[in-house]
Amino acid sequence: MTARILTVRDLSVRLPAAGADLAVVDRVGFELAAGEIVALVGESGCGKTLTAAALLGIPPEPGGRLEIRTLKIAGREYSSLDERGWRNARGRDIALVSQDPLTALDPVIRTGTQLVSVLRRHGIHSRGEAAAKARELLGEVGLPDPAGMMRRFPHQLSGGMRQRVLIAMALSCDPAVVVADEPTTALDVTTQAEILHLLRTRARDRGTAILLVTHDLSLAARVCDRILVMYGGRIVEQGPAASLFESPAHPYTAGLMAAVPQLTGGDPPVVKPLPGQVPAPGHLPPGCGFNNRCPRADTICRKQEPELTTSNGAHLREVACHRPQRPGEPGNPS
Amino acid sequence: MNTNTPTATPLFEVRDLRVEHAAPGGQKLNAVNGVSLRLREGSILGVVGESGCGKSSLARAMLGLLPVAAGSLFYRGQELTTLASRRRRGTQRGIQHVFQDPANSLSPRRTIRQTLEEPLALYRMAGRDEWPGRIARVLEAVGLGSELLDRYPNELSGGQKQRIALARALLPDPDLIIADEPVSSLDVSAQARVIERIRHARKTFGTAFLLISHDLAVIRQLADDVSVMYLGRLVESGPADRVFAEPAHPYTQALLAAARGNGAPGSGLKGEPPSPLTPPPGCVFHTRCPRAMDRCSRLNPGFTVAAQDDCGAQTHLVRCHLWN
Repeated sequence: MTARILTVRDLSVRLPAAGADLAVVDRVGFELAAGEIVALVGESGCGKTLTAAALLGIPPEPGGRLEIRTLKIAGREYSSLDERGWRNARGRDIALVSQDPLTALDPVIRTGTQLVSVLRRHGIHSRGEAAAKARELLGEVGLPDPAGMMRRFPHQLSGGMRQRVLIAMALSCDPAVVVADEPTTALDVTTQAEILHLLRTRARDRGTAILLVTHDLSLAARVCDRILVMYGGRIVEQGPAASLFESPAHPYTAGLMAAVPQLTGGDPPVVKPLPGQVPAPGHLPPGCGFNNRCPRADTICRKQEPELTTSNGAHLREVACHRPQRPGEPGNPS
Repeated sequence: MNTNTPTATPLFEVRDLRVEHAAPGGQKLNAVNGVSLRLREGSILGVVGESGCGKSSLARAMLGLLPVAAGSLFYRGQELTTLASRRRRGTQRGIQHVFQDPANSLSPRRTIRQTLEEPLALYRMAGRDEWPGRIARVLEAVGLGSELLDRYPNELSGGQKQRIALARALLPDPDLIIADEPVSSLDVSAQARVIERIRHARKTFGTAFLLISHDLAVIRQLADDVSVMYLGRLVESGPADRVFAEPAHPYTQALLAAARGNGAPGSGLKGEPPSPLTPPPGCVFHTRCPRAMDRCSRLNPGFTVAAQDDCGAQTHLVRCHLWN
């Protein structure tokens, strides 16, 4: 077992609501090992992006609040860090690659200047040294002509190049953990494959732990070691990618999988959308939050919230479901 | 799915289309360069390619939203490019569109009902008393309830908005809907629902679709025929099951490998497409082609038949020297 790089216990994100405040991410817990790529998957509104931001100590605007029991990165505890502490930790210990590289980069500042300023903020004081390091980083993420790249403005780069610049920025201080929020959603398939390869190589060579936030379960299964499935602000299933993809235990996971268009050699299975909508925060049904969309729900599911427990005795698998699907059971929702 | 015999006149035909964009410095960029397509009545034709390959320019030219620099467009045998604008407008009811971003294509200040009444008023469809019935029928087809009618777009999810855009496109009873990346802004389950509804609309109303997407898996779900574009040119076209099972062009093969792969080396293409301002000589793909030969950089290949089905109707065409 490789070293644990990230340990999260009881991480909640609360938003002010009428009367009380509302846990839009509810007591989430997981671990990342060194060199591991783990996917956090779910539909829009399931809380995955809020979880990603919370890992960097960023509460949602306006008035959002984080409640974290344990957040350990490389052995150090971050749960009680203040904003000033977080400003130093972000980028250095844990870094974010966001979905939209065009809005994440400042449009009026040259790429190189932005990268250099990140490096200088984190301890490389000499401008020349920082510039040399910036060129090196741009080369490492596979950008041709790093020196020329440094002089360009973000709009002069293609989407794939911008995403590489953001990755270079995220990797600049050699953080232990990289959170990548839908890093390839805006990209073409060919570029997508290269960006994912870049992240994998980095994880393997440097032992960086990567949390890949995505709505695409098939991408998660192809690229990641493990998958965490989120619904209604909770982790409802987790396990090794191959095993989870082969036999999803939670009906939500199975439903998500049936919704992903496949590219098999022969005739692909027809996609089946999940019934219903993700409920708005605060409108989850009592009991299991998925029961109003679940084909397997019965009385207990409407009464009691299931806990995340070892699934069917399967190795390393956990599921929060009263009526999980057994392996081999033809139980996709329709 | 590909059992339709070709009729003498396709529903829509694009012949040697060229679309130009003005580029800085007075240069001209050929966004679409000599593309020909045939769309059969009630069929779904998928157009796939990376960003910048010209697929959206093709769609916009077909809709009359971009000028045609050369070539012809035929709708039911009628040449559109030479039609007087008034008569061209007369053909517009039959060809509708759905674009990528539902947030920008629905007016934020109109209720869904007002948005859906618009095409009925514009094309003077039936009497006003028939509108509610028509709207209800189309809403049902896209899987939405009439309780949405008095809401505004901001009260709807992305997937619901896109299904409203589909409903609006269906209301004038079009023969063809041109859908440019209709699901790429949606998450998987919303995406699956729109895919399901496009399939349903084709079956129920016999509407043909030109489906543009960078996502091969989405095209695979819906299309009867596929055309693959690269740098403004068509490099391969044929029945979807053939193209996906036995892609003939190295570019199509690479696209499929990238989409099926896990990001391991070799599963993607090297680099990015060259600038369409300065397309490479010879075969436009040769600079990224893993199988490029000497002549590829000199000669632009023509189309070759990669395979023909039994009745010779649905031809699989490829534009590559490997097949010559």
